[in-house]
Amino acid sequence: MKIAVCINHVPDTETKIKVGADNVNIDKTGVNYMLSPYDEFAVEEALRIREKFTGDVTVLSLGGDAHKETLRKALAMGVEKAVLLKDDSVRDSNGVAKALAEELRQMSPDVILFGKQSIDYDNAQVGTLVAEMLGLPSVAVVVKLDIQEGKVVCDREIEGGHEIVETKLPAVFLAQKGLNEPRYPSLKGIMAAKSKPIEEKPAAPAEVQVQTIHLKKPPAKGSGKILSTDDSAVSELIRLLREEAKVI
Amino acid sequence: MPKFQGVDYYDIDSLLSEEELLVRNTVREFVDENVIPIIEKHNRAGTFPMELVGKMAALGLFGSTLPAQYGCAEMNNVAYGLVMQELERGDSSVRSFASVQSALVMYPIFRYGSETQKDHWLPKLAKGEKIGCFGLTEPDYGSDPGGMITRAVETSDGYILNGAKMWITNGTLADVAVIWAKLDGVVHGFLVEKGTKGFSAPEMKGKHSLRASVTSELILEDVYIPKKNRLPGGSGLKLPLSCLSQARYGIAWGTVGAAMGCYETALNYAKTRIQFDKPIAAFQLIQMRLVHMVTEITKAQLLCLQLGRLKDAGKVRFQQISMAKRNNAYHALEIAREARSILGANGILDEYPVMRHSANLESVMTYEGTHEMHTLIVGEDITGIPAYT
Repeated sequence: MKIAVCINHVPDTETKIKVGADNVNIDKTGVNYMLSPYDEFAVEEALRIREKFTGDVTVLSLGGDAHKETLRKALAMGVEKAVLLKDDSVRDSNGVAKALAEELRQMSPDVILFGKQSIDYDNAQVGTLVAEMLGLPSVAVVVKLDIQEGKVVCDREIEGGHEIVETKLPAVFLAQKGLNEPRYPSLKGIMAAKSKPIEEKPAAPAEVQVQTIHLKKPPAKGSGKILSTDDSAVSELIRLLREEAKVI
Repeated sequence: MPKFQGVDYYDIDSLLSEEELLVRNTVREFVDENVIPIIEKHNRAGTFPMELVGKMAALGLFGSTLPAQYGCAEMNNVAYGLVMQELERGDSSVRSFASVQSALVMYPIFRYGSETQKDHWLPKLAKGEKIGCFGLTEPDYGSDPGGMITRAVETSDGYILNGAKMWITNGTLADVAVIWAKLDGVVHGFLVEKGTKGFSAPEMKGKHSLRASVTSELILEDVYIPKKNRLPGGSGLKLPLSCLSQARYGIAWGTVGAAMGCYETALNYAKTRIQFDKPIAAFQLIQMRLVHMVTEITKAQLLCLQLGRLKDAGKVRFQQISMAKRNNAYHALEIAREARSILGANGILDEYPVMRHSANLESVMTYEGTHEMHTLIVGEDITGIPAYT
C-alpha cells in the first residue's frame, strides 16, 4: 500500500496572533508553529493503514524551510519519507492544491490523506481540490476508515448525524477529529528521523486566483457585567436579556 | 488547561537542534495531557501515578541516553535534560521517578554491570516492565555516605548483606535495588531483587513534599545474594558518586521546569487579578518580582544548556554539575515561594501548582547533595581547600 499524507505547518492553537504591519499577513515574531491538528489525525491513520497492510507512507508539505520542522515530526512518528515542495510565496487554496496534485500524480499513491482543513486559513478546500484535479473520489470529514477487499467503507460526520459511504482506491480522505488518537513521536523515533531524508523540490507554479486584501482581528470583547449576588439578580437578568440584549 | 507555551526570554530555543526541540515539545505535550490533569489527585492521596509508567516507557523516557541495543533512544545529554525539565514542570515526583530509573539504576548497571546484568536488566528497565531504586543514603549517613554501615560479607558462592537505607525513591515499588555496601571496608554495588529473603522496603509516610513519589526504607537482614549480583565494574565511593553526578545533572534541568511552571502561573494570575481597579501586574512591586523570576529562569536555562554541551563533549567536571544543581534548585524554590505570594491566598490552593512545586522543591534543595554540600564542593574547587570537616 502506497500512502501519501499532505500536511501543513500552522501557528500553534495557543499562540496569540497579531496582524502584521502590511495588514495582509500575520506577524510571525514569537509565533510557535505546529503540525495542523487534523493533519495529525491523517498521519496517524496513514501509519495504522501501513501497519495493517504493509507499504510505506510519504508526507508532503508545501512551504518554506520552516515546514521541515513539521515534516520531521511526521518522520519521528514513523513515516518513511518526506517531500518539501519549496515555495515561500503566499498561495490560495487552488495554488496549493495544484502543486500537491502535480507531485501526487507522479507518485500515484493508493491512499491520499489530508486533514479536513488546516487551521490557519480554514478554507477546507485543498484536499477536495486535489481529488478533483487527479480525478479521484474523495471523502471528507472522515471519522472511520475501513479498507476492505476491493472497497473502502467510511463513516463521515454530517450535521446532526453520520453518513456511511463506500468508495474504491485510489481515493482521497479528509480526516476529522475522532478518526484516531495520534501517537506521540517516541524519543527513539525522533532519533531515527534524523537519518531519514527530506526531499526538496520546487513547487509547481500556479496563478493566484484569490488574493488576501486585508486581515482584521475580531472586535475586542467588552467587559462583562456582574449583577448582584442575591435573588434580585434573577429578575434583573431577565429584564436585561429582554430589554437590552433582546434575546428572549 | 491551556498548553504550556514555554519561557524563553533569550531565544535559547535557537541554540537547540531540531531533534532537541522535537524531544522537548513532545514531552511538553505529554506532560500537559497526561501528568498535569492527574497529578493533584495523586499529590493529595500521597500516591505515585503508576498509570504513567507504561506511557513514559513507550515514549522512551527511561535510560534515554543509553545505547539502542538495550532499547534506548541514544539521545544526547541536552535532550535528556530537556526531558527532565518538562517532567518536573509536571511534578518533581514524576521527574524523580524517571531520574532514579535512568541515572541511578540503568546508568550504574550500564557502566559497572556485567554483560549478563546489562542484557538482563536494561531492556526491561527501559520498557518499564521493571522498576529500580538506588540505595546509598542511610539513616545516619546522608551527606557523608562514606561512613555507611551497610556491610557485605563474602560466602563461598555469594554475599550476605546487612544494613538499612533510608530516603529511597521508588524503594517500595522497585523490582531491583542497586545497594551500595562495604565489602572488606570498600564500597561495592549489589543488585538485590524484590522478594529476596530478609529484604524489605517499607514506605515512609507523612511527607509534606514529593507526595506523589514513593519514598522508602530498605531493610537488609542477612540477605543472601548470588555472586553474579555484584556489579563487577569497579569499587569505591566514586561509583555511587558518579551515578549521583548523572542524577544531579538531571535535577539542574528539572528544577528549571518547576520554576517555569510557577512563573507562568504567577504571570497569568498577575495579569488577570484585579485589585484597586487594575491588574496586580500593573504594580511595581509585582513587576519587580516577576522580572526577578524570569531573569533567574533565563540564567538557569543558560547554565543547563552549557553544562549539557560540556557533558556531550565529554568535558564536564562534577563540580560544574554541583554549581548548576545548587543554583537552580535554590532559585526554583525561591521562584515557587514568590509565585505563591503573588497568588496571595489562592497560592495555597491545589487549584494552582505553585504550593505543590514549592513543597517539592524543599526536598530537591536537600536531596542529591544538599545545597550546602554543593557549596563546599565548588568552594574546594575554586580555593583548593576542602572545608567539609
